[in-house]
Amino acid sequence: MFFDEEVSGQIKERFSEMVHPVKLVVFSQALQHPESEEVKRLVEELGTLDPRVIVEAKNFIIDATQAKDLGVTRIPAVAILRAGVDGGADKDYGVRFFGLPMQYDFGVLIDGIIDVSKGESGLDPATIEALASLTTPVHLQVFSTPT
Amino acid sequence: MRLAYRFAIASDKITADGVEVTGFPDLARRYRVSSVPKTVVGETAEFVGAQPESALLQHVLDVATPSSLS
Repeated sequence: MFFDEEVSGQIKERFSEMVHPVKLVVFSQALQHPESEEVKRLVEELGTLDPRVIVEAKNFIIDATQAKDLGVTRIPAVAILRAGVDGGADKDYGVRFFGLPMQYDFGVLIDGIIDVSKGESGLDPATIEALASLTTPVHLQVFSTPT
Repeated sequence: MRLAYRFAIASDKITADGVEVTGFPDLARRYRVSSVPKTVVGETAEFVGAQPESALLQHVLDVATPSSLS
């Protein structure tokens, strides 16, 4: 268990902000990357805290096609998708987390889940308007450490 | 990192990776990550530390439309 009762309660409280179900597709591979199994277990435990957090655990080797489709080139990795409802397709906003989501980064992962669930950026309208003018893809990478 | 995620949610053209870099020393070397948080925009722009929404937007627009720099 990663979360004691107090932390579980805090996470549940955050998840109460969710609007749409979210699918967390976690990629791991026990033999080559034992640490990735830790992330898998953590994400699976998150899925027990709210029925709207749907977890799909994938093997990075066996499920290589899905990894490629989701742009997952390394593990551990979590793709945060807005889950499709009533048989609809999942919505992929291109939000990913790579590595061990501990300490500060754990909060970031939770924030990402909430934001994807809402499907609203919360950005300034002028920023949204400017981003709507983009015609070429832009990839953002934010590097952090657990401290 | 959350701001990058929000940019991705706002635009289908943007993808956002949060990377806990200690497990990926190759990325730390490639992007010269010595201080965090470090944000890399495309492959050409980068900054260290938190920046306001307007600053990240400008980086994104500069990378997406490099001619605007001239």
